[in-house]
Amino acid sequence: MSVLPVLVIVAAIIALWYAGAVVMNSTWTLDQAARQGTDPSLSEIVADTMAQERPLLPAPHQVAAELWEVTAEKKITSKRSLIYHGFITLKTTLFGFVTGAVFGVALALGIVHSRTLEQSVMPWAIISQTIPIVALAPMIIVLSNAVGIENREVPKTIIAAYLSFFPVLVSMIKGLRSPDAMQIDLLRTYNASGGQIFSKLRLPASLPYFFASMKVAIAASLVGTIVGELPTGAIQGLGARMLIGSQFGEPMIMWTALFAAAILAALLVIAVGGLERLALRLMGEGAR
Amino acid sequence: MIWVLASLAAWAILWWINVRLVNGPMGKTRAAKIGAPVLFGAALLILWEGLVRGLNVSAVILPPPSTIGATIAGSLDILWVDFVQTFVKGALSGYIIGVLAALATAVVIDRVPFLKRGLLPVGNFVAALPIVGVAPIMVMWFGFDWQSKAAVVVIMVFFPVLVNTVGGLNDTTAMQRDLMKTYSAGYWQSLFKLRLPAAMPFIFNGLKIATTLALIGAIVAEFFGSPIKGMGFRISTEVGRLGLDMVWAEIAVAAVAGTMFYGVVAAIEKGVTFWHPSQRG
Repeated sequence: MSVLPVLVIVAAIIALWYAGAVVMNSTWTLDQAARQGTDPSLSEIVADTMAQERPLLPAPHQVAAELWEVTAEKKITSKRSLIYHGFITLKTTLFGFVTGAVFGVALALGIVHSRTLEQSVMPWAIISQTIPIVALAPMIIVLSNAVGIENREVPKTIIAAYLSFFPVLVSMIKGLRSPDAMQIDLLRTYNASGGQIFSKLRLPASLPYFFASMKVAIAASLVGTIVGELPTGAIQGLGARMLIGSQFGEPMIMWTALFAAAILAALLVIAVGGLERLALRLMGEGAR
Repeated sequence: MIWVLASLAAWAILWWINVRLVNGPMGKTRAAKIGAPVLFGAALLILWEGLVRGLNVSAVILPPPSTIGATIAGSLDILWVDFVQTFVKGALSGYIIGVLAALATAVVIDRVPFLKRGLLPVGNFVAALPIVGVAPIMVMWFGFDWQSKAAVVVIMVFFPVLVNTVGGLNDTTAMQRDLMKTYSAGYWQSLFKLRLPAAMPFIFNGLKIATTLALIGAIVAEFFGSPIKGMGFRISTEVGRLGLDMVWAEIAVAAVAGTMFYGVVAAIEKGVTFWHPSQRG
């Protein structure tokens, strides 16, 4: 993978973005000009489309400037700081991710152990993923309120966990079953018990699968958290910022929240990738 | 109390039947493969019904399945309107546009190696991002009606299908491509006769992922503004009115729609990729 083509593509996307900003925002500029009876030149139009307060499509540098302002220049405790909102979202994402991963691994252990469980539950686990979980989100909030959970984090965590649970489950089943009969037979000739085969062969063999699923799961968990923040009436978090931006007609808030979420996702995936390399190296996999 | 005990007993009996069914002589048959999950689902519903009745759970917290069933039967017209608005107009049209756009882009990328090296890492990166976040922007651009929902769906399904298709187009071996060359096949001939068919398992993998994303996108976009119909709209308003039986009815419809959508795509896959090892046996 070379850097140059990627840079060219990114540059092309940014150029297209600028062009789009000019085209989409010029309607408003021309409207304003017609109302004031002025006749702006082309360069004036272009300049205006880059500096509107509520553009249809803000220019890249506007988004970057706004992003800088709401992260670096605001105090972290400020309600307008995206670091603050991002941290709320990050916290829920991590909680949901860990919960989902624990449930996924636990169910995978059960399914590998019991054929009844596999045949009864597995089809439902697959079907559950074809159900749009977001339809359940408002429901989960009402339910957790009804059983007396005041904490607004809980419903979001449940949704995030639900989304991150499935990739972990599927990969762990595959991973725990990845040792072939020859390897298991070898351990049997060493007189290893079932528990030993599990801890010395199946578990280590499943780790690469585990980490591959972690990357999918953490991204899914972030999506779940953001979606969970929409109908929860949450006032904190990146999803809530998007909703506020939408309701008050403030495109800049929506765009910065979107980019903050994208950056957060990228950081999380990179972090999990780093953990994976570390773990595999400690196990001696990286040496090969 | 009798309800609780009876439902727990029913649960235990059905579980016992399942254990016998799966581990018995019929365990590997098709009947057991379908019967076990059906029994498990039935046991869950019985448990739900029994616990809600036995513990006197209020209907504004969790209505029993029988009430939900009655609501579904009683408000088919509303459910149908919402289904058309969210699924047919929002999700399905967006899905088709997004998939076609992704397939076309994939072929273009495949044609131009420079694009492949540049666009593929970008596409892979974008596919991992929380794309649902574009929903408020699309609602601002395309208005409250189904067009904005379809636009969100287009963007959400585009990247998984693109990445999978490009990956699949690379799945032929040099030997197979050389064979096509000895037949003096041109680019398009070898694309349609060899590489596209070979890519089908990958493409369908992307298509199946995209079915789920399409419904999620259409429903989430409705949270940001919607005409007075649609599944997402109905769910959020009925939650506000504590009409939970209606909410569960919509969830049931969404679940059936999502499962059917997935099932249809999986069935088409079975027909198209009948030669692939995962479909045989």
